[in-house]
Amino acid sequence: MKTTFAALVAASITLAAPAMADLSVPNLSYRTGPYAANGIPYADGFNDYFTLLNERDGGIGGEKVQVPECETAYNTEKGVECYEATKGQAALAYNPLSTGITYQLIPKVTADHHVLYTPGYGRTSAANGKVFEWVFNYPANYWDGASVAIKYLLSQNGDDLKGKKIALVYHNSAYGKEPIRTLEELSKKHGFELNTIPVDHPGQEQKSQWLQIRRDKPDYVIMYGWGVMNQVAIQEAVNIKFPMENFIGIWWSGSENDVGPAGEGANGYKSISFHGVGNNYPVYADLQKYVFDAGKSAGSADELGTVLYSRGMYAAMIISEAIREAQGMAGHSAVTPEEVRDGFEHLNLTEARLTELGLPGFAQPIAATCADHGGPGSAIMLQWDAMAKTWGPVSDWITADKDVIDPLIAEDSAAFAAESGTAERCN
Amino acid sequence: MPDQLLYAMEVTLNGLMAGVMYALVALGFVLIYKASGIFNYAQGVLALFAALTLVGIQQGQVPFAHLINAVTGGHLTHFGWTVPSVLAIILTAAVMVVLAIVIEKLVLKHLVNQAPIILFMATIGMAYFLEGFGDVMWGADIKKLDVGLPQGISDTVEGLTDRIFGYGFFVDNLDIVATVVAILLVTALTLFSQYSKQGRALRAVADDHQAALSVGISLRFIWILVWSIAGFVALVAGIMWGSKSGVQFSLSLIALKALPVLMLGGFTSIPGAIVGGLIIGVGEKLFEFLAGPLIGGATENWFAYVLALIFLVFRPQGLFGEKIIERV
Repeated sequence: MKTTFAALVAASITLAAPAMADLSVPNLSYRTGPYAANGIPYADGFNDYFTLLNERDGGIGGEKVQVPECETAYNTEKGVECYEATKGQAALAYNPLSTGITYQLIPKVTADHHVLYTPGYGRTSAANGKVFEWVFNYPANYWDGASVAIKYLLSQNGDDLKGKKIALVYHNSAYGKEPIRTLEELSKKHGFELNTIPVDHPGQEQKSQWLQIRRDKPDYVIMYGWGVMNQVAIQEAVNIKFPMENFIGIWWSGSENDVGPAGEGANGYKSISFHGVGNNYPVYADLQKYVFDAGKSAGSADELGTVLYSRGMYAAMIISEAIREAQGMAGHSAVTPEEVRDGFEHLNLTEARLTELGLPGFAQPIAATCADHGGPGSAIMLQWDAMAKTWGPVSDWITADKDVIDPLIAEDSAAFAAESGTAERCN
Repeated sequence: MPDQLLYAMEVTLNGLMAGVMYALVALGFVLIYKASGIFNYAQGVLALFAALTLVGIQQGQVPFAHLINAVTGGHLTHFGWTVPSVLAIILTAAVMVVLAIVIEKLVLKHLVNQAPIILFMATIGMAYFLEGFGDVMWGADIKKLDVGLPQGISDTVEGLTDRIFGYGFFVDNLDIVATVVAILLVTALTLFSQYSKQGRALRAVADDHQAALSVGISLRFIWILVWSIAGFVALVAGIMWGSKSGVQFSLSLIALKALPVLMLGGFTSIPGAIVGGLIIGVGEKLFEFLAGPLIGGATENWFAYVLALIFLVFRPQGLFGEKIIERV
């Protein structure tokens, strides 16, 4: 009996843990629960990119990458449990796709020395590497997104928003409240009137909010939503005949999932994105050949090129490039989490390198430093074509107003440093 | 007329409409509780499952396609046909009847004479099972639900109110349809329970299980019947809510909107579900309109419960609930 039990334990450990020589990048994903429809394509894009590297290149620097997956259901407690369960496998980086989980993991990864990579989400002030040694959120954060939206609107209004009314419809959570301070500062700077309208989780009933918008008649609506809140908001906007071209979502409110249920009514809706969309990038041909045709994909082929699949793939690409950088710096391929942190901090992702990766023009170059964990803060504006069922860019890359954002980041990270007793580094 | 008064009238009208949508969900809870004393935790998931099945049938989706593809290495997704909405609704209703039979045979039959808490826990299990089963059967992606219901602002109401008040009220066409459907549904349920043999049997079981059994009423048949009707009500709720948000997991969370309605209207009254829904709908919308701007907004979720609790202070059994008298 004891022998059988020991054999079972040994077998389960073997199954659960990657081979000792492999690199381990856990995927804290959510394929169940209220946000599964968004979590699935993101997780598939993340997994498939590492599968591509393993199948086409034999891994990174000759080391295969294992991606042990753990289901969080977008639940913070489960997310922390997943972290605890996987960190012992020499995990190199975490990307939990949840601001709530990110906030809980920041002190843990700082103590345990693991990288937390949160592109476009998480704690915005983690962009300050002087305080947040183990957290990286390049290429853009929530505050960059708010600033990009306003800069885009400035460009549409002859650089003058004085007297304009802008409403922020936001998920009534830590995530949704993130842009308020930034928009308040931008409102002072550019003279527009800001009205903030919260929507409680999950956001299936938004009649009051959209009646208010109908009464107030704002010129533009910016949305920071997630999950069902997005679909209902877009449908309600259609119902009150709000002009879709004046309705802008942050990148978490701009996937095919969000506009699909409203059908043709959603035509013209806009969304900010920090990466390109569509499957016209050469990397997709490789994904098709080495992953999908080989039957090794995590999801179905119709996900290729969709917004959230592309974003999961982008996160995996950044992590793999940081690992590659770490391998170069360390002079060996089996890098440690500490070495990967150095790789993240010295990442120099140029346009030439993006082209080599089969992603020309897909994202903005990144030149990280000890102090800069936030990246360029640039994004493009996309617009939904409901007839063609595609997103297309309607702007060039727009860089956030760093004069406004940087002081806010410095202020918030200083508060965190004082509260947690963190000493500033990079001096 | 002052603008604020006009806005308040518009909010009240929309509150009534929202209340009907809440009542549609609450009805399913009431039917099962009334007939069997079970608080059906799975009612929201039944709405999700019904809507998933409806879209799946309508679009000719292959059930369990992901599972079949994973095992066989195939690429099945759709049969290649579409089914007209009316036929798809009928077929989905049939699936809900089959589900009711399966639930009775596999779960309820084995729990006869168990304490209500055991039955309640069984429905929790059913809810989690059905969530996963629905995902595996039809996929977790967000599906557009279109059975031809009109959506968007009612130009008639807007034009009429504009002529009368000088301000056009917003009313969603879908909400008008939901109101008509709710009236038809409640009328049909009332006629069924008052004038049909099965309906009278159902009321007898609701009044006293033991007495109903002693006169030869089959408890198992009644359970299948009531779960089938609750399944159909869930389908109606799923169609109405799913038309707004698309069919997705969050549809199961509409149950949260029904709880304050049940607390207020009582767990055993069909009119209670309707009146409770209307009071909650109007109450939360008016409170949000009047007090929301002063206290930061997003008051509806919690205010609905506060309103229900205020009513409970005066009528613990709910407005229309049966008064509980227990003799020592």
